[in-house]
Amino acid sequence: MQPFSRHTGLVAPIDRVNVDTDQMVPKQFLKALTRQGFGRILFYDWRYLPGEKPNPDFVLNFPRYRGASVLLARANFGCGSSREHAPWGILDYGFRVIIAPSYADIFYNNCFKNGILPVTLPEEQVEELFRGTEKEEGYTVTADLPNQMVSDLHGLRFPFEMNPFRKEILLKGLDDIGVSLQNEPAITEFEKRAHPSATMFEPVDVKISTPVP
Amino acid sequence: MSSKTLTLYEKLWDSHVVTEPPGEPALLYIDRHLIHEGTSPQAFAGLRAAGRKVRRPDLTFAVMDHSVPTTDRTLPILDKDATAQFVALERNCRETGVRLFDMNSRNQGIVHIIGPELGITQPGQTIVCGDSHTSTHGAFGTLAFGIGTSEVEHVLATQCLVQSRSKTLHVVVNGKRPNGVVAKDLILAIIGKIGISGGTGHVIEYGGQAIRALSMDGRMTICNMTIEGGARAGMVAPDEITFAYLEGRPFVPRGKAFQEAVDRWRQLVSDPGAKFDMTVELDAKEVAPQVTWGTNPGMVTSVTSRVPDPSAFTATDDQKATERALQYMGLRAGTPIVDITLDRVFIGSCTNSRLDDLRAAAQIVAGKHVARNIKQALVVPGSRVVKAQAEKEGLDQIFRDAGFEWRDAGCSMCIGMNADVLPPHERCASTSNRNFEGRQGKDGRTHLVSPIMAAAAAIAGHFVDVRELGVSEAE
Repeated sequence: MQPFSRHTGLVAPIDRVNVDTDQMVPKQFLKALTRQGFGRILFYDWRYLPGEKPNPDFVLNFPRYRGASVLLARANFGCGSSREHAPWGILDYGFRVIIAPSYADIFYNNCFKNGILPVTLPEEQVEELFRGTEKEEGYTVTADLPNQMVSDLHGLRFPFEMNPFRKEILLKGLDDIGVSLQNEPAITEFEKRAHPSATMFEPVDVKISTPVP
Repeated sequence: MSSKTLTLYEKLWDSHVVTEPPGEPALLYIDRHLIHEGTSPQAFAGLRAAGRKVRRPDLTFAVMDHSVPTTDRTLPILDKDATAQFVALERNCRETGVRLFDMNSRNQGIVHIIGPELGITQPGQTIVCGDSHTSTHGAFGTLAFGIGTSEVEHVLATQCLVQSRSKTLHVVVNGKRPNGVVAKDLILAIIGKIGISGGTGHVIEYGGQAIRALSMDGRMTICNMTIEGGARAGMVAPDEITFAYLEGRPFVPRGKAFQEAVDRWRQLVSDPGAKFDMTVELDAKEVAPQVTWGTNPGMVTSVTSRVPDPSAFTATDDQKATERALQYMGLRAGTPIVDITLDRVFIGSCTNSRLDDLRAAAQIVAGKHVARNIKQALVVPGSRVVKAQAEKEGLDQIFRDAGFEWRDAGCSMCIGMNADVLPPHERCASTSNRNFEGRQGKDGRTHLVSPIMAAAAAIAGHFVDVRELGVSEAE
C-alpha cells in the first residue's frame, strides 16, 4: 500500500449528506475481477449523461475542480454497501484525502486499506471548508497526518483526531496482513484452545469438498 | 465466576480475542467466513500475489448469488462479466479447497439465507462476509458483520480481523405487534427513529417482547437491516426458538453434542444490569405498516401517512435531501402513501425471501390476481431449499395463478447485477433493503416494504393498509 504522510491538493466539494457507495460505484461495475480502473466510473450515474457524456451539472465535471485530490463531503459519507470498489474508485480518480463530519463504518475502514486519509472534522469546520471552495477558485488544503492538521494558505488550521494504530498503518503503508501474520503463534494457540471447526453432519450439495486440517 | 456484568456483544468479543495489546485494536478470530463472486476475486488475487494460502478453507464457504440468473440455469449465461466472476470463484475455491455452492447446487441461495439454513451459522460465533448484510446472522446471537475486499483477503490469510471494540446500542421493542405489522415494519420504524447513521460505531442488540415473539425468519429480517441504521452488526440473544430452528440442520451437531451446544448457547445473553452505551425503546403496538418514500431507508413513514413536505424538516441538509429525493422518486409532497401506484413488485432479497415471507405473501395473493397496472411481479426465493419447500407447499402455484413470476434463487432485483433490473422511472414495491438512487436499476424508484405489503400492492396496484386485510400469524 502507498504510504500517506502529507498531501496538498485542490478541494472538490460534494454537497450532499448520506452519499452511499452505490452512488460511488454502481452495481454494473461490480463484476470486475481487478482493483483497477474504477476512477473512470466513479460517481457514474451522477457524472455522466447517456452515452457517457459528462454531466455539466455535476460538481466533479466543473472545470475549476479538475485535478482535485481532496474530496470534501457531508455527514455519513460512504453509507450502505461494503463494496471496496468505492474507495478504489476514489483513489484511482486521484483523491488521496477525504474530509467529512462523519463516515459510515465499513467505508471508513476500507479507506485505510487503500492509503486514503479520511479526516473527520466538526460540522462547522467542514462548513468553513465548503465556503473556502465556493469563494476561491483553486482552493487547496494540506492534510498533514504526522501533525494531524488540516491547513490552508490563509492561515486556517484544523487539528483532527486519528487512532494511533491506523495512523501508523497509513504512515508506513503497512501490509496489515503481514502485521497480523506476526501473531501466527497466538492464532495457532487460539485455535488449539477454541478448536473452531465446521463439521458437516448431513450431506449437502457442494461442488468442492474441503480438506480437514 | 466473574462479578462483572457483560452484554452479549462483550461476551462474543471476549471469547474471540486472539491478542489485544493495550491501546491497540484486537486481533479477533473469525469462526465462519462466507464469500461470494462479487467481492472475493480481488482478495484471492492479492493472496496469490503475496504467495499466501487460505489458512482455514474448512471455515470458509463460497456461494454464487449476486450475479446469478434467476431464470432457467440450463441455458447459457450471456453476461460475459458475470460468467468471468463465476469462473474465477470456482477456480479460486478449487485451488484453495474452499467449499463452493455453485449455481447448480441444490443448496445454492443468497449467502445470508443459506448460512443459517444449513446451520453453518450458529450462536456464539463470529461471522464475516464481503457484504454489508452479513448482519443478518446476528439473529442467532453471533457477532456478524460486513467487510471490504481487503479484509476478505485478511481473513482468508489469517482467519482473523483487526478490530476495535464497538459501542453498544440496546434496541428494545416492547408490546405486541398488531396484525399486518411484521418484522420488516419494525426494523423500518427503528431506522426511521434512529436515522440511517444512528447506529454508526455501535453494535445493536435487539430485545423486548416483540423481538422475542418473532420467528428466526423475522429476527433475520430485523438483523439484516441493521446496517441500514449505520450499525455494522445487530444481534438477538438465542433462545428456544433459535435452538428449535437449528436442530437437525446439516452443520449442527446431533444428539448429545447438540444438547451440550445448547447448554453453551444459553449463556449467550446480556447479563441482568449489563450496561449499554445507548438504549432506544419502541412500542410495537404503535407501529403501522411502513413504506419508504425517499432514497434511503430512513426516509420512511406509515402507510396511513403522506409523502412529507421538505419544509417540514428543520435542518437544511434534510430539506435539501428530501427535495432531491422527491424529485428522484417522482413524488409530490402531501400525496397519501396509499395513492402511490406501482409498476413492479419484487418479493425477494436477503431481507425477505425466506419461507415465512413467502407464506405470508402467498396468503395475501391466494385466489386473486395482480392489478392491470403492474407490469411485472417477481417472487425470487432466497435459496433453492426455500424454493423447494415453497413448491412442496404449493406456494409457487398460488403466486403463478395470481400472475407472479416464480424464479430461481439469488440476489436478483435487490441489486440488479443480473438481468432482473428495474427500468428507468418505474416504481417498484420491493421487499429488499435499499432504496438508494439507482439501486435496483438506473433511475428506478424503489419503495421498501414488507412481503405482505408488496403482495397487497401487487393485487391493488397501489399501497394499502394491510392491517385491514385480516392477515394473521405473519412474521
